[in-house]
Amino acid sequence: MLFRAAILRRGRAASALLAMVVAAAVVTTMLNLFVDVQAKLRKEFRNYGANVVVVAKDGQTLPPNALNKVSSTLAGRGLAVPFAYAVARTSDGRSIVVTGTDFDQARKLNRWWSVTRWPTASQQALVGVRAAALVSPQGKPIDLNFGGRVVHLSPAGTLQTGAAEDSRIYLSLRDFEAWTQTHPSTIEIAVSGAPEEVSSVMQKLSETLPEAEVRPVRQIMEGEARVLGRTQATLLATAILIILTATLCVLATLTGWVYDRQRDFAIMKALGASQRLISGFLAAEAVLLGALGAVIGFGFGIGGAAWIGRANFHAPVVPRFSVFPTILAGSVAVALIAAILPIFLLRRVQPAMILRGE
Amino acid sequence: MFVRLVYESFRRQTRRKVLAGVAITLGVGVATAMIGVATDIGDKINRELRRYGANLVVIPQEDTLDVEIGGLNLKPASDGAYLDEAGLPKIKGMFWRNNIVGFAPMLPVTANAGDDGQMTLLGTYFSKQLSFGKTDFVTGVRSTHPWWKVQGAWPNDAAEDVLLGERLAFRLNRGPGDRIEIAGHLHRISGILSTGGAEDDEIVAPLALAQQVLGRPRAVRRIYVSALTKPEDAFARRDPKTMNAAMYDRWYCSPYAQSIAYQLQEAIPNSHAEQIRQVAQNEGVVLSSVKGLMFLITLAALFASALAVSAAMATAMFERRGEVGLMKALGAGKISVAGLFFTEALLLGLMGGLVGFAGGALLARLIGRSIFDSEITIQPVLLPLILAIAVIVTFAGSALAIRRAIELDPVYALRGEG
Repeated sequence: MLFRAAILRRGRAASALLAMVVAAAVVTTMLNLFVDVQAKLRKEFRNYGANVVVVAKDGQTLPPNALNKVSSTLAGRGLAVPFAYAVARTSDGRSIVVTGTDFDQARKLNRWWSVTRWPTASQQALVGVRAAALVSPQGKPIDLNFGGRVVHLSPAGTLQTGAAEDSRIYLSLRDFEAWTQTHPSTIEIAVSGAPEEVSSVMQKLSETLPEAEVRPVRQIMEGEARVLGRTQATLLATAILIILTATLCVLATLTGWVYDRQRDFAIMKALGASQRLISGFLAAEAVLLGALGAVIGFGFGIGGAAWIGRANFHAPVVPRFSVFPTILAGSVAVALIAAILPIFLLRRVQPAMILRGE
Repeated sequence: MFVRLVYESFRRQTRRKVLAGVAITLGVGVATAMIGVATDIGDKINRELRRYGANLVVIPQEDTLDVEIGGLNLKPASDGAYLDEAGLPKIKGMFWRNNIVGFAPMLPVTANAGDDGQMTLLGTYFSKQLSFGKTDFVTGVRSTHPWWKVQGAWPNDAAEDVLLGERLAFRLNRGPGDRIEIAGHLHRISGILSTGGAEDDEIVAPLALAQQVLGRPRAVRRIYVSALTKPEDAFARRDPKTMNAAMYDRWYCSPYAQSIAYQLQEAIPNSHAEQIRQVAQNEGVVLSSVKGLMFLITLAALFASALAVSAAMATAMFERRGEVGLMKALGAGKISVAGLFFTEALLLGLMGGLVGFAGGALLARLIGRSIFDSEITIQPVLLPLILAIAVIVTFAGSALAIRRAIELDPVYALRGEG
């Protein structure tokens, strides 16, 4: 009987199902995005660079195994880049800050660095634009003196950041250590994850490196928390709005559908069907419609979320099958609610009156 | 006759009309609110991103190299060139003055703190009252460096009170209300400053005090400017010197970080302005992805509300096959029947659209106020557009149902079949 009802009233059943599918699809998309966008945006925010720095106390250097300790504490959930500093003198007696670092890592950490060409060979340097204008115009080689030891460097490219880096010269850490005998004093770390994870990593870092100071970069952490919070709140408000509209429209469509069929129910009643049978029939129909709508809509919703993820974040949103039970239960519940109201109204009318069309 | 038919249809079938009308109103309301939020979110997030601090810095043109490590300046503080403080208010006279959220001058000097030894004193504006022409404005680190936290009170820019960096205060064992000697005078510590940066080891004072210690009135070392900018594109990176007049105008009148930097250079004599790439570059990335996300979600929402409205209209029309049959049996032509139903759809679309627009505008305002503490205003220009979309969607939703109702043989329709 259910089957025949759907076949005979194809058009109406289809439009009710369509409303159900659209609602389920939109809700699935929003739920999927809502969970995933946070992680996606966090990744974008990591482009701001380090959110934690480990600094040696009072102008000393960090112990040689500090970087290994930091890396093992991070366990792949972040990026750690060592920086060693020294003030050297150029051949005309100017003071200049020389920094030793790991170029490959620094490049990943500080994506905003605008570099003309990264050094590839030993004894090549990356020169800040302001430093380049003063000490190495037209890319001339530089001689630097630190504590009586002179090093001869050829600039590979220039670095522009708009901050202190512009007046420095960068060397590979190996060249720097061989020349100055100075070791890194700072490790800049980009810890990925939520604020709680970042603070637990910081906690662990200060336990493993008691001789150093572990500081959060508040500028980065607070800005991120704020923007992320606001974006999420907007997304939540939007999701609620869309879910509400979808639900209400499904309710309206289904109620109309059931109403439209009062004549069928009147006939069933006139032929001797009990009220309970009719209610059961309607409820079964609603459950079926809700479930079918949820399954099809879930498929479309996953597709929609994946498309938005790819179009906007260039990475697909991972489908979350854990939201499926919620969608299914929600769809069935909405369909049932949509059926209950007409059932109550139909209970009161006499079949004869409906059949007469009053 | 036609008008009367429409009127009676609305009067006698209130339930169905209200149902369809509610669906349209809801759909249009959500669409309006979403469009409002999506068009405004760029500006709102841009303002939130200003919490990352200044995105532009202005330094003297003939500046010497900074010799600083981890924010600690190793160069004699008297070294180098300075900007003139008198030029600062001119920043608010620039073409993009309304995009300047705030600016703060900085002047680090080395001060003799008596028994406590030498230390760095940073002179700046906290929230200084300035005026340019007829406009008064307040600017300083409190707007450009929002992550600076003070325990105690912020000093007055006109007074001689100072802030003590957190670590320095701990080392010297001083708190708010204590006094510290700077260059032979005692100054009251109004609060303890925590920034997470080099300032934690410094004394931060009103600019005038730093100038007095340095012995150079009106000197400023660098200016941090926090500006609302547009994400950078290939056009932004072009050199203004190589552009023709029309392109130059377009470049100059776009709020790129580059063009604002260019205008800052024009406003302040002998200066060099550039973007702080860590902040400026990344905010473009974050801004584009948040904007893109909202745009796509708005599209999804518009699509869903269009389908919902269509479904509701289709339902409403479907219920009236009997009516169509009756009209056709009485000799009405296809065109007049379709005309009647489309007129009804038009009226429904317009009414639902109007109410929905008003509701959506209220909703957008509510969202703006509760999430961003500022208004999201819906441009009235959107009204005709929204109404047109509402009517088109209503038409599209009814079209199929109307067509089928018209094609149907009146006999079947009246019997309730098909």
